[in-house]
Amino acid sequence: MKKNWWKILGALLVLYSTIAGLLMGVPRLPILHESIRNLYFHVPMWFAMIVLFSNSIYFGVKSLLSRSQYDDLKAVESVNVGVVFGVLGLLTGMVWAKFAWGEFWSFDPKQNFSAISLLLYFAYLILRNAIDEEQKRAKISAIYNIFAFPMMIVLIFVLPRLKDSLHPGNGGNPGFNMYDLDSRMRMVFYPACLGWILIGYWIYTIRFRISSLTYKQQ
Amino acid sequence: MKKIVFTLIMLITSMNLFAQASEIEMADALRSNGKIYIVVISIVIILLGLLTYLFAIEKRLKMLEKKSGDKN
Repeated sequence: MKKNWWKILGALLVLYSTIAGLLMGVPRLPILHESIRNLYFHVPMWFAMIVLFSNSIYFGVKSLLSRSQYDDLKAVESVNVGVVFGVLGLLTGMVWAKFAWGEFWSFDPKQNFSAISLLLYFAYLILRNAIDEEQKRAKISAIYNIFAFPMMIVLIFVLPRLKDSLHPGNGGNPGFNMYDLDSRMRMVFYPACLGWILIGYWIYTIRFRISSLTYKQQ
Repeated sequence: MKKIVFTLIMLITSMNLFAQASEIEMADALRSNGKIYIVVISIVIILLGLLTYLFAIEKRLKMLEKKSGDKN
């Protein structure tokens, strides 16, 4: 129980942010109306994805140094979970875009580039499956990971800022400070991010333990 | 005189803008008659179910880990 406190914390934070996110007051803004509450659910998905991908590159580099199969398994499983959160982020973003921008997919730079960065990680998973030999697979996928991670960061955080984008925080659009100025939203938004990051990490540990069990039994 | 009239017109138009801010459509009716709570409750039930399911999966996993630890 003592070791599991952060899982309970994550569960409580997610529950709190859902209840407070639906019931607490939000600023009255045109176009967004109540859909501003999506901030509590759409954005944490991406934060959880970034944390899991960072975890993946950390263990990828570590597996290159230690040659440990377990470090390699940690790297893969965090990508496996991170990709799920990325897809959820993309889908929630599409629904929000339909009602805020008028189209599910308006070929906005942020949408395009985040889809491409997800494809990069799908390629990582496919690349791994294509190699049978264990040591080789670990080495090649770790090196691919070292290239994929900075590209993902550039695609999501740098390139959309250089172009005109409908997404907040890009191309001259005001960023989070537009919403963050409202302290009521901050009280829900930060706990939501932390909660979903913890839940994502928890699912990753479960996946890693399953795959290390199967690895042991081989 | 022209200046005063201009200021008055500006004042009136800006007051109109202030009035518009509170006219932005929100789900006030939904909240006032209390029906939103039903949605919140069902979402919470789903979340609680999924989270306890996660805990249950982990419990089973722990059992398996113990078993394979004994073997090795």
